[in-house]
Amino acid sequence: MAAASETLEEFRASLDSGESSSRALVEAALSRAEGIDERLSCFVRMRAEGALSDAEEADRRRAEGEARGDLDGIPVAIKDNMVMEGEESSCASRILEGFVSPYTGTAVERLRDAGAVVVGHTNMDEFAMGSSTEHSCFAPTRNPWKPDCTPGGSSGGSAAAVAAGLVPVALGSDTGGSIRQPAAFCGVVGLKPTYGRVSRWGLIAYASSLDQIGVFTRSAAEAAEVLEVIAGHDPLDSTSVPEPVPRFREALDGDVSGLVVGLPAEYFERSEGCDPEVLAAVREAVATLERAGATVREVSLPHTRYAVATYYLIATAEASSNLARFDGVRYGRRASEPKDLGDMYRRSRSEGFGAEVKRRIVLGTYVLSAGYYDAYYRKAQQVRTLLRRDFDAAFERCDVIATPTAPEVAFGLGEKTDDPLRMYLSDIFTVSANLAGVPALSLPCGFSRGLPVGLQLMGAPLAEAMVLRVADAYQRHSDHHRQRPPEFA
Amino acid sequence: MAEIGGDEVERVIALARLALSEEEVAGMARDLGAILRHAESLAALDTEGVPPTAHVIPLATPLREDSAVSPLDPEIAVANAPRAAGTAFVVPRVIEGEEEG
Repeated sequence: MAAASETLEEFRASLDSGESSSRALVEAALSRAEGIDERLSCFVRMRAEGALSDAEEADRRRAEGEARGDLDGIPVAIKDNMVMEGEESSCASRILEGFVSPYTGTAVERLRDAGAVVVGHTNMDEFAMGSSTEHSCFAPTRNPWKPDCTPGGSSGGSAAAVAAGLVPVALGSDTGGSIRQPAAFCGVVGLKPTYGRVSRWGLIAYASSLDQIGVFTRSAAEAAEVLEVIAGHDPLDSTSVPEPVPRFREALDGDVSGLVVGLPAEYFERSEGCDPEVLAAVREAVATLERAGATVREVSLPHTRYAVATYYLIATAEASSNLARFDGVRYGRRASEPKDLGDMYRRSRSEGFGAEVKRRIVLGTYVLSAGYYDAYYRKAQQVRTLLRRDFDAAFERCDVIATPTAPEVAFGLGEKTDDPLRMYLSDIFTVSANLAGVPALSLPCGFSRGLPVGLQLMGAPLAEAMVLRVADAYQRHSDHHRQRPPEFA
Repeated sequence: MAEIGGDEVERVIALARLALSEEEVAGMARDLGAILRHAESLAALDTEGVPPTAHVIPLATPLREDSAVSPLDPEIAVANAPRAAGTAFVVPRVIEGEEEG
């Protein structure tokens, strides 16, 4: 088995000194994946040939003094809901089995333009609908810290791939916590930027008003670096924000003195069912920031307890509309010998979608249907306004909001698959940031029963620099992000 | 309102262009009931006069130069089709009475 991947900085140093080559790094990533992915199932598809040829190009550029920047030649992974020209993407669904994309999505293109080498697509809950990566048409991904536990989801493959040292960087998508919760469960950094900060062009849609692409890395500084590359306005996504992208790394001065960290009571003392060891680790992390000079202040996000219901009404409504395109006509699976067009639609979809996707399509169709629209969908959109106002008010009193990322550490495989509502409620601390569109990041802040605990930091819209600055400062005072799962160190 | 009957579930399944087994329909009714009961908590909130949020960022329709760009090549566009003929997607007949052509 090849050695675990190092930090971006160490990778770069080995490339700059000529001690290693991009080809060697990519070969190591591929052989390490081959060695351990049979157990973890982080990847659904490797891109060995293409990656090796991209790596050779990167080595050639470097030899000619034309390296494209800090990510040139670095192996990265992308979630299976992101498309790349000439490569398969399936959203871990049978309905998209064999789909080969005719184009490359913007975030992936920007990473590749910077020289990063995509080594493969990572596992996920089908269509990003899930919190455990168990709803994949492939095998469930396992948590590198404890392989009988889930890695969280839906970007569980990306989180586990970074945690197990297969790649130093992976892209994920986050609609209700799908980057942050797996980052917490796997002990890595996961950043969901502000809605609109990263183009969604080439991200297969789940819930368009909530979906956002983000990154997994080991450190906040690395996340800042990758975000600089993938962020920015894109004319191909009319919801991408036409604002300049700050040099996020320049904000990382290690100094939090004078900053105010807000603690929402609804996520702490008034939160029901949060694991006390998780709360203790998060409080200790906040105390670390306080010792570093930050001021801690209680804030309130009074509508938090309505967030999960609001999220599942809005997200499923949007999903029922977005997933109508999978009809067996233009791409994807078609049922054999259909009687007529209607039969073809119904059977293609029923054979192609998994149980959780069908559940959400039906729920979404129900809440949008005549007679229920006002009671459920419109009501949820109004509560979404109240949740946004909660954040607007809170950010008048603080610079970042700190909370647990999830109410628990990684749960066991199969523990929640029979109870969808219980699975949904595990998103309690993450969905609000999507509903309000604010940036949020999870970083490792301790352990409970041998499993990582995640601290969530949320910022005002477009204030990724602030979130990253506080996360980076915390990591200068802690070493939780340097811990490796013992079996995969 | 949160109790949702089998007939109602079947109506919605048809709207969603799905075909589910009896067992799946029963499971769906049970799960939807539980989720909608949880969602009932929203009813307690007074949202009179609160505008709905469809999107978190102000969405203006962006304008651009009306310049010609090459569209996706039709052959590439049909490359993923389960059935294609030339540059057309082939589907089961939808108009009755014409001969297979």
